[in-house]
Amino acid sequence: MTKDILISAKDLRKTYRRGSEEVRAVDGVSLDIKAGEMTAIIGPSGSGKTTLLNMLGCLDNPTSGTLRVGGELVFGGHRELPEGELTLVRRRFYGYVFQKFYLVPTLTVLENIMLPGTFYRGEGGWNPREVMKLLGIDRREDHLPGELSGGEMQRVAIARALINGPKVLLADEPTGNLDSRRSEEIKEILKGLVSRGVAVLMVTHNLELAKAADRVLEIRDGRMH
Amino acid sequence: MTVYSIAYKNLLRKKTRTALTAGGIMLSAWVLATLLGFNKGYQQGLNRDIDNMGFQVLLTAKGCPYEAATLMLKGGTGLRYMDESILKDVYKYPEVDKITPMLMHGVFDPDKGESGAIAAYLGVDPATFPAMKPYLEFKQGAWFTDDEAYEAVLGYEAAELETREAGDLMLVIGVDKPVKVVGVLKRSGTQDDGTIFMPLGAVREMFGRKGKLTGLGIKVKKEADIPAFENKLYDLPDVQVVSMAQVKATIMNLVNSARVIVMGIAGIALIIAMAGVINTVLMSVMERYAEIGILKSMGAMPFDVFRLIWTETAILCGLGGAAGIGLAFVTAGLSEAAVRYFLPYAPNGALIALDPAITGFAFVLITAGGLLSGLYPAWRAARVRPLEAIRIEGEQ
Ligand SMILES: Nc1ncnc2c1ncn2[C@@H]1O[C@H](COP(=O)(O)OP(=O)(O)O)[C@@H](O)[C@H]1O
Ligand SMILES: [Mg+2]
Repeated sequence: MTKDILISAKDLRKTYRRGSEEVRAVDGVSLDIKAGEMTAIIGPSGSGKTTLLNMLGCLDNPTSGTLRVGGELVFGGHRELPEGELTLVRRRFYGYVFQKFYLVPTLTVLENIMLPGTFYRGEGGWNPREVMKLLGIDRREDHLPGELSGGEMQRVAIARALINGPKVLLADEPTGNLDSRRSEEIKEILKGLVSRGVAVLMVTHNLELAKAADRVLEIRDGRMH
Repeated sequence: MTVYSIAYKNLLRKKTRTALTAGGIMLSAWVLATLLGFNKGYQQGLNRDIDNMGFQVLLTAKGCPYEAATLMLKGGTGLRYMDESILKDVYKYPEVDKITPMLMHGVFDPDKGESGAIAAYLGVDPATFPAMKPYLEFKQGAWFTDDEAYEAVLGYEAAELETREAGDLMLVIGVDKPVKVVGVLKRSGTQDDGTIFMPLGAVREMFGRKGKLTGLGIKVKKEADIPAFENKLYDLPDVQVVSMAQVKATIMNLVNSARVIVMGIAGIALIIAMAGVINTVLMSVMERYAEIGILKSMGAMPFDVFRLIWTETAILCGLGGAAGIGLAFVTAGLSEAAVRYFLPYAPNGALIALDPAITGFAFVLITAGGLLSGLYPAWRAARVRPLEAIRIEGEQ
């Protein structure tokens, strides 16, 4: 069972200084993320969801606590990986989907999806056409992002996150910009990924989406409940 | 899909801005190539002109090194004279191949031009002078052959000033007998253009300088050591030796100091173009902060981002530079006309010599300058952290 633990966080904390005041954005969170598991983080605005997700995704340094990814210590003790090595960890483990899609407007759907591949080609990487088919955007490959609907753009962003075969897909409010029908489609796609062994960790306000998760973590004032 | 195609498409995002920056680079490449080409063309032309003088050493009476300059300053008076017996003495030197004797006389004419002008009459030996200057081409007529005849060959500008053509008669102030124009030279771009050539005997008679000379043009034998010969000539009494090699060196010095100014202008053009590149690329990096952060989160190493931004700069500069050099070729004729209009002295032949070495150098310099200016924006982009992109997202 422990073999399948991809991310292991112990007592993660993140404090920001706002003038003389200390803001404890994340205040002692411990959790494990396993392969093939969908986890939803819910909580009110400003409760520390994004901060936690960024730390778990090696995008942000914790103030204290330890973080292991694939058994390797990334943060903790006196260790803090330099940016270059963090990039290597991100390449091997993560795919990110952001609330805004950040597609390159001058590149076609196919080119956007293949963009990470120009830097690095992962071993368990997806075939671009296969991933487009999985996400139902295969007939859009030559279109520019400006010609797509919001739901389609989000699917392109997911395809781009998947292209190098990540073990964990991190998504901050993946349906935040979508109507309920599109949200439903994204939910099905994420469930499909989980069934293929990908760990999905998402922050969401969408209760329907949260219900589909194997685990729902509620966070308030930087603490888990 | 390669880094190049991504970079190229990035440049197409803001077409106007890209075009303006590339236009700046194009202009500075154009300036650089044209100036370098001019520098080279001018030197080549000057070399050609001086080599075409026909003689390598000019012997004058002491105290008058540059006859033309003296003429200007003293209004044609104050020229010093040598006796023609010197001819025999000079022929004794084994280095001498040919000699042509000359007598210069200036006449101030208050009715010429706006405030009067000096007409420079150069008495030359019909037997030896034309043979030494075979490159002089005639627009009309030909050389005089009789040493005593009142005949003249006018330099191109002298003919315009005198408004005379071949066959016309011309009056010289203080001389009763008219002079017949037998030839007009084509423009040579040298001092010859303003000169009125007449037979030596006739000039002596007109101005009462029997047996006198102002200069001797000496053609030296091919194998002779010119500087040593010049030194030996000073054994003759009261002479001044003007070495064409030295004149050439003097003009070259002038040209070289002009080159410093030219290079300064080219340098300023380059710096302006580089500032434009830094501005444009930095702006496009700032605009794409979030996107670059996302690239980083997708696994791009700092070097990958650096290379992408640097490639964009290289494409911008390469295209702009190539266009500028193309423009330099297209406008070479126009630039040449402008240069001829503004410069007091311009040698014959192509003034703007655009050869592969010069255009290659200009292109490499512009591209290198562009790449240099791309370093900072590329470095800034490489340092963008993935989180910055997401934070910007959070703040919006
Ligand atoms: N870069 C930052 N600097 C200062 N305070 C921050 C920063 N990022 C987040 N915070 C603060 O930390 C708390 C948690 O923020 P966040 O993780 O974005 O919450 P959520 O995603 O749940 O809305 C908030 O009070 C927020 O103001
Ligand atoms: Mg948030």
